[in-house]
Amino acid sequence: MSAPVADAAEAPAAGKPATSGGWRARVVTPQLPWRVVFIVVLALGLLAPFVLDPAFRLPLFTKYLCYAIVGVGIALAWGHGGMLTLGQGLFVGLGGYSMGMYLKLHEAGPGNVPDFMSWSGVEKLPAFWEPFRNPVVAIIGVIVLPIIVATVLGLLVFRQRVRGAYFAILTQALTAAFVILLIGQQGYTGGTNGLTNFGSFFGINLFEANGQRKLYFVTAGVLLVIFLLLRLVVASRFGRLLLAIRDGEDRVRFLGYDPTVIKTIAFAISAVTASVGGALIVPVVGIINPGMLDIVPSIELVIAVAVGGRYSLAGAVIGAVVVNWARTNFSEDYPSGWTYFQGALFIGVIAFLPRGIAGIVPQVRDGVPVLLKRLGITLPTRSGPPGGPPAAPPPGGAPVLIPGQGTPEAKEAV
Amino acid sequence: MNGFLNQLPIGLSIGAVLLLAALGLTFTFGQMGVINMAHGEFIMVGAYTAYMLQDWAGHEAVLAALPVAFIVAGLFGVILERTLIRRFYGRPLDTLLLTWGVSLILQQLVRDLIDNRGVQVVAPGWLIGGADLGGIRIPYNRVFILGLAVACLVAIWLYMSRTPAGRRMRAVMQNRELAACSAVRTDRVDQITFFIGSGLAGVAGVALTLVGTISPTLGTKYIVDAFLVVVVGGLGQLRGALIAAFALGMLNSYVEFWTNASLGKVLVFVAIVAFLQARPQGMFVLRSRALT
Repeated sequence: MSAPVADAAEAPAAGKPATSGGWRARVVTPQLPWRVVFIVVLALGLLAPFVLDPAFRLPLFTKYLCYAIVGVGIALAWGHGGMLTLGQGLFVGLGGYSMGMYLKLHEAGPGNVPDFMSWSGVEKLPAFWEPFRNPVVAIIGVIVLPIIVATVLGLLVFRQRVRGAYFAILTQALTAAFVILLIGQQGYTGGTNGLTNFGSFFGINLFEANGQRKLYFVTAGVLLVIFLLLRLVVASRFGRLLLAIRDGEDRVRFLGYDPTVIKTIAFAISAVTASVGGALIVPVVGIINPGMLDIVPSIELVIAVAVGGRYSLAGAVIGAVVVNWARTNFSEDYPSGWTYFQGALFIGVIAFLPRGIAGIVPQVRDGVPVLLKRLGITLPTRSGPPGGPPAAPPPGGAPVLIPGQGTPEAKEAV
Repeated sequence: MNGFLNQLPIGLSIGAVLLLAALGLTFTFGQMGVINMAHGEFIMVGAYTAYMLQDWAGHEAVLAALPVAFIVAGLFGVILERTLIRRFYGRPLDTLLLTWGVSLILQQLVRDLIDNRGVQVVAPGWLIGGADLGGIRIPYNRVFILGLAVACLVAIWLYMSRTPAGRRMRAVMQNRELAACSAVRTDRVDQITFFIGSGLAGVAGVALTLVGTISPTLGTKYIVDAFLVVVVGGLGQLRGALIAAFALGMLNSYVEFWTNASLGKVLVFVAIVAFLQARPQGMFVLRSRALT
């Protein structure tokens, strides 16, 4: 569950010879604790809709899961690919508005224009709305639109080796432009108010408790599928290449791979996940508006991932749920205190916990020997087999190496 | 035709504000590789310094506010650099998120300590009004901002090209290791650069008080555009920042004039991505033998 780098390091250290055979060897593996945790989380997830109040708590929890879907995509692009996207709001918006347009037209009935259009004096449905009457087109839009945008942007930008902070700023600027466009085209997009007033979502009545439960299961199911799919992506050769590009793009290029294509694909995958999350959030919160996509919410998505652990997909899920849960609980009672806390959280996590919650265990494991060494304490060590890998940290108490950073590459890429 | 010409002073003054905001960024970004998202909040700090000074000393205090805001915002910058950013050299993306956290805290501090809503700085009498030049209206406050930007640019240029401290700054920017080997105290140079860069943001803030209300989120409006100026102009490049700032200002003003504000931003973005196709590292590039 932790960063694949750590997984790879753990695997050979299993300690148990594979020849011992039997069911024990197959069940008691280094991954066992993680599997147990995974099953427990699944069980809790199945119970949640029957425990949480379907009128208030359950929709909130479903909303956190939508953010988790977006977060998993960010973890892929940022943690694994080194591409900090500060503009996921753009893709959330593409998905959200595609879905919102369909729901709105479904609500208005055939031949009619949505309510906000008639308020703005738009009598005829604009041509780009027309296809979204069809639910299949809407779902295809949720998936295809972000791929197109991300691929075009990715190819143009990565081909010219624009990366690092430049890329982050460009994604942020694009999102800002998108939001201004949405607000400006009041008659076509609903302006600042966005699209709202939905009664049903593919036959699920959003106003009754059972409808909320169904919606929860749809969202949780999508999250599970995306999470497992992305784990396959990360474990694949493609995932390895992505990590390699993050840590040394030019070396990968010299080996004969084309980083542009690989980075673009990873960026497109993260765009699609954001878009799916955005599409699901529309029925859950009942609204999609530019305020949900702006620069600030986009960067908050990133911070949730940083808190959970950017190098780990599971960490991204944890981060999204924990941070958003904390926000609903604290920001209502202490709005100003929450802002301070959020700022401090940014600083604290980046400064002291760069691997996030998911990285606490490995960080302590790697950090304690360094600390002990600094304090001049030597632990009595078992005499390992000769020629074994050096388990001790490098001399001089070098700080723990954070993947993707502190490499000469990262320093110069700016 | 008049409408067309009337956009000219507006474009120039947007460009001037962008230049003031971007000058500081281009040095902190270019020299230290630090993405300072709190730079926008230093603009806000400068604006509120002007407001508080005016509250205390009366209308004509705007001129006096310029040096004061420079120092106040500069001190904020040095404190930030000493306490936090210094520990994150070589991790540019992390400095971005870190300073974003700082900017959240600064904004909330202003909301809690000064005022939740916007405040107004009254421009001194000699800045109100404007001249008519053959049908084009030229407001005095915009002329003042333009003059201020040019003055700052010249001052920075003199500092960098004529003083020993400026030479050290250029040395660190071009090759940090080599500068350190040549007995340049790079961390000291970093501090000075950060002071000047943040101070310039403060000056930009004072300029902004002349054209509108100031609010705690003042900085966030300008930070993205200022970064775009740096990206287009090239890191640590005075000429680049100058050309890019005015080009962006003009582009913004004219695209909005011909289409509308909402479409304008998208077109400007498209123009920037297209520009980066031709010059991915900006207009002017510091030549080096480094691979990346």
